[in-house]
Amino acid sequence: MMSFAGTGQNQIKEMDEFARKGRGRQRRERAIRIFFFCIALASITTLGLIVVFLFMEGLPIFAKVSVNDFIFGRYWYPTDEPPDFGIFALIMASLAVTTVASVISIPLGVLTALYLAEVASARIRELVKPIVELLAALPSVVIGFFGMVVVAPFLQEVFDLPTGLNLFNASLMLAFMSIPTICSISEDAIFSVPTELKEASLALGATHLETIVRVIVPASISGIATAIILGMSRAIGETMVVLMVAGGATLIPSSLFDPVRPMPASIAAEMAEAPFRGDHYYALFATGIVLFIFTLLFNVVADHIAHKYRQVGAATL
Amino acid sequence: MNESETTLMEPGAMSSSALKGAEKEQNDMIKPSHARERRRRVFQRSAFGLFRIAAAVNGTALAIIIYFLVARGWRAINWTFLTQPPIDSMTKGGILPCIIGTLCLSMGAILVALPIGVASAIYLNEYARPGRVLRVIRLGINNLAGVPSIVFGLFGLALFVVLLGFGVSILSGALTLGAMTLPVIIGASEEALRAVPDTYREASLGLGATKWQTIYRVVLPAALPGILTGAILGIGRAAGETAPIMFTAAVFYSPSLPSSIFDEIMALPYHIYVLATAGTEIEATRHLQYGTALVLIVLVLGLNLVAIVYRARLRRRLG
Repeated sequence: MMSFAGTGQNQIKEMDEFARKGRGRQRRERAIRIFFFCIALASITTLGLIVVFLFMEGLPIFAKVSVNDFIFGRYWYPTDEPPDFGIFALIMASLAVTTVASVISIPLGVLTALYLAEVASARIRELVKPIVELLAALPSVVIGFFGMVVVAPFLQEVFDLPTGLNLFNASLMLAFMSIPTICSISEDAIFSVPTELKEASLALGATHLETIVRVIVPASISGIATAIILGMSRAIGETMVVLMVAGGATLIPSSLFDPVRPMPASIAAEMAEAPFRGDHYYALFATGIVLFIFTLLFNVVADHIAHKYRQVGAATL
Repeated sequence: MNESETTLMEPGAMSSSALKGAEKEQNDMIKPSHARERRRRVFQRSAFGLFRIAAAVNGTALAIIIYFLVARGWRAINWTFLTQPPIDSMTKGGILPCIIGTLCLSMGAILVALPIGVASAIYLNEYARPGRVLRVIRLGINNLAGVPSIVFGLFGLALFVVLLGFGVSILSGALTLGAMTLPVIIGASEEALRAVPDTYREASLGLGATKWQTIYRVVLPAALPGILTGAILGIGRAAGETAPIMFTAAVFYSPSLPSSIFDEIMALPYHIYVLATAGTEIEATRHLQYGTALVLIVLVLGLNLVAIVYRARLRRRLG
């Protein structure tokens, strides 16, 4: 009887000990979880800091120039006396190079994705996918350099132009920078269309092409749309290419072969000379705000499409 | 004799001519005529040809770029070029300070981005439950990945160079590049963690390990090769970027090698840009520009190839 009670007490003691340990373990686990959560917030914090600092250094210009005059002003003479801070020509140049680049990169990117996901044999796919990845890995300054020393003289000679550094050259280089983005995200979306859909279509007598056009592309259209928008976002934000090959003239483009000066080029070229915290410096940061808002819009739209029109199948977008 | 009557009759009672007629009609419905079939096939073949051409254009573009850089750049590359600093206002000599600068910057960037990126990925893949918080974090990562490189440059200038007083330095550049590389690392690490089978986790938890012990002792070691692949890709990305370091770390010319992280630095991408657009002798230094570009793409594409081959082997082992 005595010994039994003793064991019981020992047991209770042991269980207490165990529970205490368990609670300690639980507390530690919670702390670790919170630690990781805090670090996971780093990305969004960085994004927030980017916004804060862009606005902090960019907003002062609007004490001198109204938002309307800044965005729709035709003249960008930041070093003249008095200076003109109108970035309409820069915005138009950015939109123009992005549009022309998209005209080239969307068909090429999507068709390559279709080829990889539907037509190519496994062996060819293993060969072509790394090529697309390497194309994405090429440093932008190298592509810009290539456009300057190889493509520009070529264009100048073939089309008999005053300069090979122009809108078309920049768009061409940008296209090849956004093709990998468009291609790999589209391919992911196309590849994840369930085989049942494809098999059903083929069983009804449709050819492979008809299946692709009528079944596979519609089923993955949201993924493809996301890919296209992200590709365009990459093109509008790209700096080195437009800095080196777009020509640099601050004018609203009227022809495909006009030299232009998109927003990133203007920021990169002028920041070194702009007096610290002078009007020019503020104006360049404000241009950064406009550029940032453009890319943010592209990304938010892409995110919206990817979530709202959740595609058939399980693409990891 | 009309068709409707025939179809109502017993098959055996059907006259032979009526049978033929019915069969023909059925054939018309199910099997299209040969001409149409051929048209569909030709159409398909030409469309697939178009797909193939699109893929070929990409390959050709890559090949042309690499061809020109190698053909015009390899002559510039020799021992002096790789081991000497530039001389005579950068019209002669080598690119050693740029190589060292790029290595410093990309290593610094990965030192910043790897711990934060892997920890973020661990939260996203191991702890987070679907919901609004997760959605916001993901939106943050996606948008950070989409921020233009020049905007990162502005951000680095305002925060690290000016506000925190690091000046134009390796530290400012590495932090800026690290912020830019973060989404790449998070993406690759998440993929690596996702590839670890749930049975590993269940076995560990079943043996009484806590969640953290499971992550630290089981999941992370299994995901490590994939995470390293991501790190290599991140280094490659950081090494090739120009815009983020233009205002934060890089200079035209520096007479000495850096001695601390607060020194400004020369870097390969910026060197190409400077020589090609703002140098004193743009035409005369073409061979140096090609040589520098060749060194940069060998470095960047080499890192990427290593990562691609390594990853392909990993996938084969896992799948």
